[in-house]
Amino acid sequence: MAEVRYEAASRIYPGTEIPAVNALDLDIADGELLVLVGPSGSGKSTALRMLAGLETVNKGSIFINDVDVTLKPPQDRDIAMVFQNYALYPSMTVAENMGFALKQAGVSKEQRRAQVVEAARILDLEPYLDRKPKNLSGGQRQRVAMGRAIVRSPQVFLMDEPLSNLDAKLRVQTRTELADLQARLGVTMVYVTHDQVEAMTMGHRVAVLKDGLLQQVDTPRELYRRPANLFVAGFIGSPAMNLITVPVVDGAAQLGGLSVPLPDDVRAEVARRGLDEIIFGARPEHLALADVGASGEVAVVEELGSEAYIHVRVVHGQETEDVVVRVGGETAVKRGDQVSFGIAGATHFFDPGGDRLDGE
Amino acid sequence: MALFTRAPKAEPILGQNRVIAHVLALLTWLIGLLFFFPLFWLVLNGFKDELDANSSPKLFFDPTLDRFSEVTEDTTGLLSFTEAFGNSFWIVLISTILVMALAIPAAYALAIRPMRKWRDVLFFFISTKFLPIVGAIMPLWIIARDLDLLNTRAVLIILYTAMNLPLAVWMLRSFFAEVPNELIEAAQIDGCSLMGQIRQVILPIVAPGLAATALLCVIFAWNEYFLAVQLNPVEGSTMPVWVASQESGRGNFLAKLSAASVLATLPVVIAGWVAQKRMIRGLAMGAIK
Ligand SMILES: Nc1ncnc2c1ncn2[C@@H]1O[C@H](COP(=O)(O)OP(=O)(O)OP(=O)(O)O)[C@@H](O)[C@H]1O
Ligand SMILES: [Mg+2]
Repeated sequence: MAEVRYEAASRIYPGTEIPAVNALDLDIADGELLVLVGPSGSGKSTALRMLAGLETVNKGSIFINDVDVTLKPPQDRDIAMVFQNYALYPSMTVAENMGFALKQAGVSKEQRRAQVVEAARILDLEPYLDRKPKNLSGGQRQRVAMGRAIVRSPQVFLMDEPLSNLDAKLRVQTRTELADLQARLGVTMVYVTHDQVEAMTMGHRVAVLKDGLLQQVDTPRELYRRPANLFVAGFIGSPAMNLITVPVVDGAAQLGGLSVPLPDDVRAEVARRGLDEIIFGARPEHLALADVGASGEVAVVEELGSEAYIHVRVVHGQETEDVVVRVGGETAVKRGDQVSFGIAGATHFFDPGGDRLDGE
Repeated sequence: MALFTRAPKAEPILGQNRVIAHVLALLTWLIGLLFFFPLFWLVLNGFKDELDANSSPKLFFDPTLDRFSEVTEDTTGLLSFTEAFGNSFWIVLISTILVMALAIPAAYALAIRPMRKWRDVLFFFISTKFLPIVGAIMPLWIIARDLDLLNTRAVLIILYTAMNLPLAVWMLRSFFAEVPNELIEAAQIDGCSLMGQIRQVILPIVAPGLAATALLCVIFAWNEYFLAVQLNPVEGSTMPVWVASQESGRGNFLAKLSAASVLATLPVVIAGWVAQKRMIRGLAMGAIK
């Protein structure tokens, strides 16, 4: 069991200028499942591999249990990693794969067998112990990779998109099992994904990365409730938050006929900085059809059965904006209808640079 | 690696294309036979007596094993079959082991931990083969003489190792390069030492490649004639020199030469046949993904 700490850790790949991971500060508590999420190329894998010891840390340090491991090779870090393509040893059976780390550690054959069988039991892999990886399905291989990690009860579990090769249904199922397993074992886990739904459903806390920079790290609920900047606001939540640049008139954001009064602290900040345009954000589920408010023509209706997302084309200054509004499944709206909507929940305000306006 | 994968079963062909397909098949067989024929004739000649072998081409004759016993007979003062075979065996075995022992680490370094300018290094290896061996034989002979290595097995072991090394490094590098990096990383994380990674993770995956490379080294070393005849033409020499020694100044020797050639070819053919089966199976079994 272990805590992990990144202290201003950077990775600059040879031959590149911009760090792939830029001065990352991150504390991961003992027994926590922390998810690193971000778009492709944001440095998630790099950050994970730095912790694994597979990538040089060019600046800063990394601690596991207050021990500085920055310069230690992977062998000496007592971590286990599940790779995206599982990286099972093709010439070994499932049992040999799972027992490999124990064998390296000099564990006796009987002891090894016992631990492997125990892990196989947890993962329902018992019937496959003598098979070679190539004779397994994708889901089974994924479990073998998991088994290889849990057999040795490491300090930290590292997972780099371990579910991305599974089909959608299996992915959802495995995601739950994985979170459950982590909770049962009580092991610290760092989990990388580009899928924000996966991040939100699994993570105790979620760290959002973009271009190698940590944008925000918080519980899924806080990320949803108070995204620290425009990027997080747009990245977290599905469907994405509506983010529209709007003028501020008399302390209220103006959106095509809808006037959204700014909260006091936002208004004070806007006045202090003399902003006349801000970015207004509202999630589709926090907007609702109303008799008065912003109005426009329905451009698209996305019907999901229990609910529907309608894209309302709002004329707004010189431009038109599509604003997505969630409506109940029984609401009869169709393409071409003229509708109005208003605020029915949380609103968010960002400065033109993308930072959240209501305080830190 | 495509070299060793089995061709997919031919699709059934419809209509007039069928005629073309048959013509092509026939042509393929003809060309195949054309290539095979000299070998066939060689084997046939080995079972004839000199008269039959040297008269106009004769397909039917009384087969005899006499030529084989003649060529394998020990004659004092001449390189005998058993001696040549033994020499070849040890020279080929030791040089191939040396080649593999040197090429595996080199290939590992070039494929898995490439340093800067690794391409230049690779090019250097192959560039040693640019010089025709005839061009180098003079200095080689002088060096061998000065080191008292003329007419020893050692000189051939050294030279065959040097001769096959560049090829082995090239081949092994490309096999090693196909080992997914994650496997090595996974092994590191599992606490595996460098030697352990090579022995337990990499080598099992590249085993078919190792077999193919070793086989080629064996074949090249076994068949090498020029260096052997220049630097070690007497008792310590190898099979190709022994085959050539069956030529004689007087009388006919075609059947004897054929029999000797068959004996010299057989081990390689058998080795190749066995290795090929294993390589195909190994490649299929060790499928990386
Ligand atoms: N070996 C390398 N050499 C140079 N640049 C690299 C190397 N590996 C990654 N990068 C760069 O570092 C950045 C971060 O890469 P990384 O693999 O960490 O992204 P990621 O967030 O895991 O993306 P993905 O979701 O696509 O896996 C990218 O811009 C990538 O191009
Ligand atoms: Mg990645």
